[in-house]
Parts: sequence; C-alpha cells; structure tokens
Amino acid sequence: MAVCIAVIAKENYPLYIRSVPTQNELKFHYTVHTSLDVVEEKISAVGKALGDQRELYLGLLYPTEDYKVYGYVTNSKVKFVIVVDSSNTSLRDNEIRSMFRKLHNSFTDVMCNPFHNPGDTIQSKAFDGIVSGMMVQTA
Amino acid sequence: MADEAPFQLLHSEVIQYIYKSAEGETESGRNVTKLENIGFRVGQGLIERLTKDTARFKDELDIMKFICKDFWTCVFKKQIDNLRTNHQGIYVLQDNKFGLLSHLSVGKQYMEHAPKYLAFTCGLVRGALSNLGVKSIVTSEVSVMPSCKFQVMIQKA
Repeated sequence: MAVCIAVIAKENYPLYIRSVPTQNELKFHYTVHTSLDVVEEKISAVGKALGDQRELYLGLLYPTEDYKVYGYVTNSKVKFVIVVDSSNTSLRDNEIRSMFRKLHNSFTDVMCNPFHNPGDTIQSKAFDGIVSGMMVQTA
Repeated sequence: MADEAPFQLLHSEVIQYIYKSAEGETESGRNVTKLENIGFRVGQGLIERLTKDTARFKDELDIMKFICKDFWTCVFKKQIDNLRTNHQGIYVLQDNKFGLLSHLSVGKQYMEHAPKYLAFTCGLVRGALSNLGVKSIVTSEVSVMPSCKFQVMIQKA
C-alpha cells in the first residue's frame, strides 16, 4: 500500500498531497516534486517513440533506495503520483494500476462537483476516503 | 431519446432566467458572457469524465476530432457534420441540424435570438478544450436556421 499519494495540477502545483503521518512529510514533497520531471519526459516522448505509449498510466517513474514512485497523467494533464515502500514487494503492477484508476474515478467526481472550483485544492471527503483506503494503515 | 428533451428545456430555461434577471440592464453582451461561462464550467467537468477511459491524445487535431465525435455525441446525440481546419489553429465545426436551435422556427424570423442559444455551447467547447490544455476562442454563426458553425481559434501560448 502507498505511503504517499499526490495530485498535481496541469500547471504543476499540488492540488492534494497526503503521506503517512509517521514519517518526514517534507521528504515526500521532495520525492513527488522530483518525479514531475520524469512525468514530463514520459509525456513528451509520446508520438516519437516506436512503442507508442498512449496509456494514461505511466508505470514506474523511478525507484529510490526506500521507495518506488509510480505516475499517471489524465488527459487534462493532471498528474497523480503514488509512492510505495520498496520493501513491499507483494504489490503488483496491476494493483497499482487499479489504485490509479480508483483515484482517477474519484478525481473526476470531484471535478464534476459544481461546488468545486477547478484549480483549487481538493477538499472532498469522498476523495479523502478513497485515498485513506489506499494508504498504509499505521496502527 | 428521452434525455434530450430535459436538456433542451433546461437550456431554454437558463437562458430565460438569465435574460429575465438582467432586465433593465443596458449591456446585453453580459448575458451572453454569463451563458458562456456556465458552459465553460460544464465543459470542463464533462470532458474530464469523457476522457477518463480514452488514450492520450496525439495532437490538437486528435483533440478536435474527439470533440466532434464523442463529445458532440454525448451532448447532442449526433456528430458534427463537418470539420474544417487551415492547420494553423483555426477549426470550423459545422452542425447541419443543431439540437438547441431545432425548436426555433426555420427562417429569418428569430435570427436575432440565435446567439443566445449558441453561447452556452461556445462555452462548452471552450471549457472542454481548456481543460485539455488548449486555450481557444470560440465564436458561432448562423446563416440558415437549424444549421450553425462554430469557429475555434486556438491561442498559441
């Protein structure tokens, strides 16, 4: 399960970021920030590469010593980043994919909420709930 | 098509409401802007939902095609009849039987009322494009009643 989940706007400012409370929050902000470059690189490669990768799911962005960072970009250029613990080897690619899917579904609901202003930070309880379900449960 | 009628009725009612509530004001352009802004927000939300399961778009033309086919089908239950482009950022979308005009009588009689029935859709397209990262100006024109044209001018950053 994830240790940090972030949603980043088209203009690359955070719309939502949440990490497990036990660890240094700033570190995750930094990790997510760093991942944006990789995301950018992957998107701009679309159309040029032979294996035309046009899926929204970007796969593993980069591994660090302790974490693996996965990315996903919606058609509206909103980025989702999920950071998972490297020690958690049981997590399959498919599961990550379905996590992103769930996140995207919930994000769409937030966007379609007439009381939400596009571009504002996400303050939806429903979205919070979905994210909580994906985070590592710290007892 | 049961879901078409409520949309048309609501749309007419929104126009009614905006024009009624602004009665007495001299600036008539403001009403059109209001309608356009409503459309903009709806377009933003709608495109988010529609593009959820589609592959990433290759380029601008790909996006426009999506608007003409899937987006138009979702809103108006038909596709755009004709899409033209000069490949330099101007697209003209032609609809030969535009749903929101179909209940106005054919002919010149209500021509002056046409713009307010198109403002929402202009906003809709602009909102959808803006959420996909394409800044644009959308204008509309009517020559013969149920058909209309939308001109999309892409704003290069």
